[in-house]
Amino acid sequence: MSAIIDVKGLVKRYGPRTVVDHVDLAIEQGRICGFLGPNGSGKTTTLRMICGLLTPDGGSGTVLGQDLIKGRDVIKRQTGYMTQRFGLYDDLTIAENLEFVARLYELPDIAKVVDAAIQRLGLGDRRNQLAGSLSGGWKQRMALAACVLHQPRLLLLDEPTAGVDPKARRTFWDEIHALAAQGITVLVSTHYMDEAERCHEIAYIAYGKLMARGTAAEIVARSGLHALVATGDNADKLAPGLSGQPGITAAAAFGATLHLCSPDEAALKRAVATVSNKAIRWTETEPTLEDVFIHLMGQAQDNMAAA
Amino acid sequence: MNPVTSALKRLLAMIIKEARQIRRDPLTMGMMFVIPIMQLVLFGYAINADPKGLPTAVLSYDNSPLSRAIIRAIGTTGYFSEAGPVNSESAANALMQAGEVQFLITIPDGFFRHVVRKEKAQIAVEADATDPSTVAPAIAAINAAIAQTLNAELQGPLAASRAQAAPVNVILQRRYNPEGLTRFNIVPGLLGIILTMTMVMMTALAVTREYERGTMENLLAMPVKPLEVMVGKIMPYVLIGAVQVAVVLVASRIFFNVPFLGQAWVFGLATLLFITVNLAIGFTFSTVARNQLQAVQMSFFFMLPSILLSGFAFPFRGMPGWAQIIGAALPATHFIRISRGVMLKGASFTQLAPEILLLAVTLVIVGTIAVSRYRVTLD
Repeated sequence: MSAIIDVKGLVKRYGPRTVVDHVDLAIEQGRICGFLGPNGSGKTTTLRMICGLLTPDGGSGTVLGQDLIKGRDVIKRQTGYMTQRFGLYDDLTIAENLEFVARLYELPDIAKVVDAAIQRLGLGDRRNQLAGSLSGGWKQRMALAACVLHQPRLLLLDEPTAGVDPKARRTFWDEIHALAAQGITVLVSTHYMDEAERCHEIAYIAYGKLMARGTAAEIVARSGLHALVATGDNADKLAPGLSGQPGITAAAAFGATLHLCSPDEAALKRAVATVSNKAIRWTETEPTLEDVFIHLMGQAQDNMAAA
Repeated sequence: MNPVTSALKRLLAMIIKEARQIRRDPLTMGMMFVIPIMQLVLFGYAINADPKGLPTAVLSYDNSPLSRAIIRAIGTTGYFSEAGPVNSESAANALMQAGEVQFLITIPDGFFRHVVRKEKAQIAVEADATDPSTVAPAIAAINAAIAQTLNAELQGPLAASRAQAAPVNVILQRRYNPEGLTRFNIVPGLLGIILTMTMVMMTALAVTREYERGTMENLLAMPVKPLEVMVGKIMPYVLIGAVQVAVVLVASRIFFNVPFLGQAWVFGLATLLFITVNLAIGFTFSTVARNQLQAVQMSFFFMLPSILLSGFAFPFRGMPGWAQIIGAALPATHFIRISRGVMLKGASFTQLAPEILLLAVTLVIVGTIAVSRYRVTLD
């Protein structure tokens, strides 16, 4: 297996702010890598550096076997980049948008390529509809179709499903898996935990630093977090009181239950001890990916404060 | 609470929010102050409806002291400046057609003799009347200068000639626009203004729109080169501009009877160059403007001097030196000279070559700026 993305020490600065701070990232061919992290953590900037839209201030590496900087034009031709904001033209029809993209990539037999893409999308009867009139979910699927028109070997998707309904998200992810099955490598940023779990592997970035790497299970197992779930007698109402306790990473209400987690088992016990209500039952549970990410974010903040 | 007080409180909220937003857009604020100041300066200092120092060629076939005195007197009116020696009618005509000379004063052979003998003495003044407003005050100055000279020079035995009602006739010939119609001047100039107005703004908006709607990032991620983006964005507008010109030309012929004496290809070439220059300027603006409002403001900022300093609305030669320098830097100035030259005077390519060359040079300069400012990355 060869690494499709293999970059080391990527740095991007805007003035005094380091937005991406020595990020290493390697992704094997055909893998779907979920790119997670809080808003403003440098996900978009990293994606833009990989696809040649931004010049890194530091670091090096290869994308699709090409040098990240010198091979920019070659990389562009074999990469599909889907921007966070809808990047196609609202005032062109679906067919016209796809045709424009096909022409820019100098594809042969444009009419056929566009027709096939529209058929795959299932938009045959709406090909002459303006892209601006499509719903959010359809827009994203169309944008995806546009980015794979030239059969790229690498897909970079920047929060492709933000604001899209669950069914459309499901369809979108089915398509991503189908593309990966064809050997396309995918790096996709998201805020949704269910989407993170559908990825082969995850990279978690916070404040420009890569904090965790691996499969979802590996990341949870390596986190060293302990979690408890509380049920019964308005357990969810305990959340505000417990979240401020020392050593507690997260105290979150899920419906009528409460999810409590900490890297320190003793801290967990101390927090439970502050609850006098004996009607509440505490049981041990697996920490969730969300717990881990919140914990990692806190760690990143502590590191920043220490530095 | 009192409904008036609560309405005022909400009003205050609105005012504060609006003022804060305005403060966040310094370019708009700047424009709001710079444009009125620019208008004030241009209207107050640059524009002069009574232009002086107009380039004039003198052909004198009568070498008498009286002729020389008249020429001197005409010179001291301030309305004319001698544009080098001219020794033939045809040379003077060529200069006028090229726009280098606005007046040709001819004193015929035997002028002095005619004055003395009380025969009909004549001085011929041919004026380039493409801009009729500059002609009238200049002619009045000539008449006054001649009358004064005759009074001073015709003394003693010659005083009898002076007594005659009008010892010297000034024969005025308005070239290119015999009836002195203002619309002959306006219509060819308007072409330049219409093209400046629409072409600059259209491209400035077209490119800014890509940034504002977020489609530029997508475009940059695809294999398309800056020059291709620029030329591709510009080309459809070249066609639109060409159609605009055709419409204005046909209308000017049908409704205003404005002549078209010159060669169509010279006009076509200059028009194409001019349209492209304007589009390149618009493209450059779009690389600076952060949103479509700013693009419109910058286009307006460019349009104002193009209307006032190009010789379209006011005589170019009436402006002070600094305004002429600014005016000469505007492509509209040169295009308007070309369109007036071709349409009204039938000027040839060779005569207009300097203006056309200037447009071409401007295109290269602006095009280079536009391409170098356009970024392949988002850095």
